[in-house]
Amino acid sequence: MFPVYGALQWLNNSMDQKELFELEQQCIQECAPPCTAACPVHVDVRSMLAETARGDFSAALKIYQKAVPFPHILSRICDQPCQNVCRRGEIEESIAIRALERAAVNHGELPEEKKRPMPKRVGNVAVIGGGISGLTVAYDLARKGYKITIYESGHELGGGLWKADRDYLPAEVIRGDIEVIYELGVEVDLNTLIDHIHLVELRNAFDAIYIAVGPHASEAYELARDQYGLIKVDPVTFATSMEGVFAGGGLLWGIEMHSSVTSISEGRRAGISIDRYLQKVSVTASRINEGPYTSCLYTDISEVGTRPLIEMGDPDFGYEWHEAIQEGKRCIQCECMECVKACEYLREFGRYPRRYVREIYNNLSIVKGTRYANTFINSCSLCGLCAEICPENLDMGAVNLKARQAMVTQNRMPASAHDFGLRDMQFSNSDKFLMMRNAPGTTASDYVFFPGCQLSASSPEHVERVYSDLQRQLPDSRIGLMLGCCGAPANWAGRPDLFESILAAWRMHLQVMENPKVVLPCSSCYQVFQKHLPDVEIVSLWDFFDEHGLPAGAVSANHTVSIHDPCSTRYESQMQDSIRRILGRLGYQIEELPRSRERTTCCSYGGMMWLANPTLAEKVVQKRIQEGEADYVTYCAMCRDNFVGRGKRTWHILDLIYNQGSDEQATRRGPNYSQRHENRARLKRHLLTEIWGETMDGSQPYESIQLNIADDVQAKLEQRLILIEDIQRVIEYAERTKRKLLNRQTGHYLAYYRPNTVTYWVEYLPTEAGFAIFNAYSHRMEVPGSGS
Amino acid sequence: MSEPEQVWMCDNCNIPLQPDKVDVAYMGNAFPVELLKCPKCELVFIPEDLALGKMVEVEKQLEDK
Repeated sequence: MFPVYGALQWLNNSMDQKELFELEQQCIQECAPPCTAACPVHVDVRSMLAETARGDFSAALKIYQKAVPFPHILSRICDQPCQNVCRRGEIEESIAIRALERAAVNHGELPEEKKRPMPKRVGNVAVIGGGISGLTVAYDLARKGYKITIYESGHELGGGLWKADRDYLPAEVIRGDIEVIYELGVEVDLNTLIDHIHLVELRNAFDAIYIAVGPHASEAYELARDQYGLIKVDPVTFATSMEGVFAGGGLLWGIEMHSSVTSISEGRRAGISIDRYLQKVSVTASRINEGPYTSCLYTDISEVGTRPLIEMGDPDFGYEWHEAIQEGKRCIQCECMECVKACEYLREFGRYPRRYVREIYNNLSIVKGTRYANTFINSCSLCGLCAEICPENLDMGAVNLKARQAMVTQNRMPASAHDFGLRDMQFSNSDKFLMMRNAPGTTASDYVFFPGCQLSASSPEHVERVYSDLQRQLPDSRIGLMLGCCGAPANWAGRPDLFESILAAWRMHLQVMENPKVVLPCSSCYQVFQKHLPDVEIVSLWDFFDEHGLPAGAVSANHTVSIHDPCSTRYESQMQDSIRRILGRLGYQIEELPRSRERTTCCSYGGMMWLANPTLAEKVVQKRIQEGEADYVTYCAMCRDNFVGRGKRTWHILDLIYNQGSDEQATRRGPNYSQRHENRARLKRHLLTEIWGETMDGSQPYESIQLNIADDVQAKLEQRLILIEDIQRVIEYAERTKRKLLNRQTGHYLAYYRPNTVTYWVEYLPTEAGFAIFNAYSHRMEVPGSGS
Repeated sequence: MSEPEQVWMCDNCNIPLQPDKVDVAYMGNAFPVELLKCPKCELVFIPEDLALGKMVEVEKQLEDK
């Protein structure tokens, strides 16, 4: 038996179907382009022109004919409302759409229609008037199997078409296209005028009637009329006041030479009504956007270059095929894709948010089977760039975070996704690093400096220096210190329970210190405090320096730099301004990156993308470091370390304030994962000793084990996320229990141990000074004898 | 001495490892795998290529199930 996580669980834990639908609606990528929306019969102009540009006129014609029953006729006389809204028209002349439709008709060929068994719908329908609107109803309904009779007062089908200019619309074109009506087995009564008495008779003889006789002849019918005396119909269904009688075409408009494409559209829509009426289903249900409407698609055309209209060599014939191809290439192929263009992550998975939210929903609804979207959900940096860019502000980060929470609740979160990051957080909030102290000799604090876990890991020397500078700058204030992790990784991992417990601890600690104002150099901590601890007063270190001045001894330089704003500062313009003013004061010239401030990008640390999808994270960092030539300056330790790790010269702003932007600091690689732990632990120990005169006790036996690790092995450990402490634990366990293997060829020992959710294997040899490490690897599966 | 069972010894029991069925478990699923094992104390040997290859693959499959 498998656990049942059906709809109910889903409803309780995450979004319901209504919410999914709303999210899907927010993504406008699938909205029809303006040309198609404005077209009364919604020709898929964009696809048709794509085929034209490729030179496949038969494919173009197939697309055209799908929307248009009489393609030869309409491609000559359409009044092309599409052209008025063509986005090319905002730059220069719109695309010659009708001319390209005619080119498709001229140069394309339709495959012979396969003889398919005609559906046999029961019912007979009379069509009064053989103009293009009536012919459309006859065409559509005959193809559904209804028995159709057309009553035409003239001696030939075509109605108003015969009034068009013959040079433009020759008789053989009209007759050629109309031939299909006879082929469909429609009965045609020519020279038959239907007056009102006949109409009533026909109503008794037929199941439904469509009137499309033009404005003049329609005067005979005793049907409800509008204030202009025209026959009144329901604007959606085209039903008249007489039951089962529908009307459309020029008679609704009072115009003899009515827009042919509108007449076709009205015939088509009336046909849908008649079909539904005869099927005895709702005539009105879900009938949106059947006629022309305004497109909801957004397309940025600011980068579209000019491409002038292609002139025809022979205007009477229309475009030659090679001319048509060139004209087809003028189509912009309107689409939105704004977020996908901006976000490496959204691009990586090959689709766009409308599809993504559906996949997420499906992923969370799976009871049994493979959850293909797990990696997608966990790869997002949650940086919010998509929401900023999206014309509808759809935030995939928020969707992904919610999905992660649902996965955790469903007990379906892959352990490998965030485990390492959560354990790093756990380390920071253990005795090894966690501490809170009022300044020596005080029992409360006015300010508390909270450097966060990564600045402490990356540049512990800066933390000590800032703390003493704060005290120097505000000699009359009591300034405390608090070390630990704010809890952001728990939030990113979709663990509200864990996150909330960490926040509660901070709340309590701050209360004990009598609610000091928290000074924050890390913008991720800032975001957490601002959003989740709204009662706590906070100030970013950069705003603090901007307000109170730079620390004494800050040194200036003359150099051009580009600023990488951390993604967590996206909407912190105050902080971004402070950084720019600080750099100005230090004498730096700023060359802004093309994407900065509210459009800045994530360095790949956010949302733990780097853990869930290292390959993608690499692409994200590489892309960002290639966006500017100048050296970068940032104000997040992880951004700095990520960039320098890939060879981009980058300073943390504290490197500039304290060290004048030395070459050494621009190129110093960040510490590895083990060193990050060690740096944090050492920082706490040092501060406690130096400032508070305290010593730390309670170290574990394994911590004293000395290891000797060659650089190539160390690099392997880093890539495999294996820490020094993991290796120390394995050796301590193996040596204590004597449970180890011996390789008789090499003489090396191999031991394994599972101190957490991972089993670590270490190949080693005791040496005089400790242990030499030759290799280490790990897996998550449990095997017997791992000491767990 | 190139066959794995000739190379690997249990250090404590001082006997060569032998192939045997061992239960490997993940996320509530357990399945038997043939591994080298100490016949006496049941210490097992998982080679690096198995840990970083097939085992990761199966872990991912189970995580996405």
